[in-house]
Amino acid sequence: MTEISRRKLITGGLAVAGGASGLAVAARLARRHGLIPPDAGGRYGAGEALTYAAQRVLGQHSMAREFSRSAISEKPFANEVDPLGDEFKRLQSANFADWRMTVDGMAARPTSFSLAEIKSFPTSSHITMIGCEEGWTYIAEWTGVPLSYILDRVGALPRVRYVVYRSFQPAWWESIDMADALHPQTVIAHSMNRSELPVPFGGPLRLRIPRQLGYKNVKYITHLTLTDNLKPFGKGTGGSASDGGYAWYAGI
Amino acid sequence: MNASLPMSEGVAGQASSAKPADSLPAATSRTRHSATVRVTHWLTTVAFLALLLTGGEIVLSHPRFYWGETGNVNMRPWLNLHLPSSRDTVPTGYGYVLPDQNGWSRYLHFEAAWLAVGTGFFYLLYGWFSGHFRRNLLPAPSDLSLKALAASIGKRLRFAKPGADEARSYNGLQRLTYLLVIFVLFPLMIWTGLAMSFGFDAAFPLGVQLLGGHQTARSLHFLVTILLVLFLVIHVVMIFVAGFRERMRAMITGRIDNVGTAAPAVRRAKLDSGANTCGGLTL
Repeated sequence: MTEISRRKLITGGLAVAGGASGLAVAARLARRHGLIPPDAGGRYGAGEALTYAAQRVLGQHSMAREFSRSAISEKPFANEVDPLGDEFKRLQSANFADWRMTVDGMAARPTSFSLAEIKSFPTSSHITMIGCEEGWTYIAEWTGVPLSYILDRVGALPRVRYVVYRSFQPAWWESIDMADALHPQTVIAHSMNRSELPVPFGGPLRLRIPRQLGYKNVKYITHLTLTDNLKPFGKGTGGSASDGGYAWYAGI
Repeated sequence: MNASLPMSEGVAGQASSAKPADSLPAATSRTRHSATVRVTHWLTTVAFLALLLTGGEIVLSHPRFYWGETGNVNMRPWLNLHLPSSRDTVPTGYGYVLPDQNGWSRYLHFEAAWLAVGTGFFYLLYGWFSGHFRRNLLPAPSDLSLKALAASIGKRLRFAKPGADEARSYNGLQRLTYLLVIFVLFPLMIWTGLAMSFGFDAAFPLGVQLLGGHQTARSLHFLVTILLVLFLVIHVVMIFVAGFRERMRAMITGRIDNVGTAAPAVRRAKLDSGANTCGGLTL
C-alpha cells in the first residue's frame, strides 16, 4: 500500500465516521425538538424530514402573506368532493342547526360544540391564498374561530403535540403539529368572503391553515382529537393523505 | 488561436489510436476531472433526472400556466399544454384521466431537490476554494470577443470534432454555458421552486413578490426547466460529437487518453497565461 492511498484511506475513513456520527447526532437533536414528521419512515422520509425541519427552524412563527381586498379572486375554484350523502343533505336543509364539532383526547374539558356556539366565539379574518398541490391557487377572505381559542377553551394539556381533525366524510382526516395548531392564522372557518362558507368550499366548517396546501385544509370538520402520538390513527402516518402516499407536511 | 487548430486536430487523430490511459505511467496520465467534479456531476445528473420526471408528473395534474398570484381552471392561462391530465377537474378535451402520481412524485421531487441543493452547495464550496471556478470555468477575455464566440458557435453548428487540447480544458463558449447553468439557471430553479412553497412564502414573502407572484413563480419554474432540458440535449449531443467513450471515461474515471504525452505541460502553461483555446469540446 502506498503512502498516498493509506493517507486517503485514513482521511476517507475519518470523513465517513465523522459524517455518520454527525448524522446520528442531528437525528437525535431533531427528534428531541420535534423536527421529525410522522411519515419520516420509508424511502422519501429523508427528504420529507429535511423539508419539515428546515421550515420549522426557519419559519415556525412566520405569517402567511395577507392580501388586499382587491386581490380576492373573482372566480375561486371549489375542488370536487365525493358525494356527501343523505345525512349531510338533511343537516344542510336545516341550515346545519344540528351540526356539531366534537373535541376530545388530551383535553381537561372534552366538549362538543354546536355550529351556533362556534359562530358565537371570537373570530379572526384573513385574506390569504389557498393552493392545491396540483398547482392552482385562489385568494379569498376567510373568517372563523382561531383553533388556538378552541384548544384554550377545552383545556388542551401541555403534552399535546398534534391536533387530529376529521371530516364529515370518513375518508378525510388530517393532523397538524402545535406550531400550526396554535398559529394565529389557523382557524375553523365558517365564512368566506364575508358570507357563509358555501358547501363546495367546505361549509359549514373548514379547517383553514394558510401555510399548508389545500389537502390539509379539510372540509366539513366534525371532530378534533388532541394527542401526543399519531400511531393509533389510521396507518399511523398522521392523515388520510399521508396514509395514501402524499406528504404529511404540506408547507411545500 | 485559429492557427493552432489544425495541429490540434492532427493530435486528435492520434488520440483515438493512443494506448488506454490506465496502461500509462502515473506521471503522464493527468486527471481530467477531479473526483469532486465527477461525483457531484453524477449526483446532480441523478437528482436532475428525478426532478425532471417527477416535475413532469406534477405538471400533468394541472397542465396550464398563469401569471401573477392566482390561477385555476376558472381563469385564463397564458399557456395550456393541451396534454391529458391526471385530474378530471381540468378541461383537457381528452376523454380520459391519467392515474394520479402526485403523491410519490412530490415526495421524490423534494427529496431529489435536497440532493441537488446539497450537492450544489458542496460543489460551490469546492469550486471556490480549490480554484476550479477560476481555473476551469472563468473564460479568458480573448474568448469573449464576438469573433471568437461566433467562430466557436460556428464550429459547434458544423458538429466539428474538437481538437486534442480541448480534451484537457473547456472552451470559451463551454465555460460561458456552464457558468450560466451553474450560477443563473440552477439558482433560478431553486428560487422559483421555493417560491411555490406556502411555508417559504410565509417565511420569506419578498422571495415570491420579487418574482411577481405564486403563479408567475410556477410559470418561470417551467420555463427555466425548458432551458435546462435544452442544455441537457446540447450537452449530450456535444459529448457524442466529441467522442462519447473518451468523454464518458473522463467524467467517470477522471482519465483521458494520453493525447500528446509531451504536451500537458505546454497546455497547462497556456491555460495559466489565460490564453486557452476557443476551440471546442463538449458543451
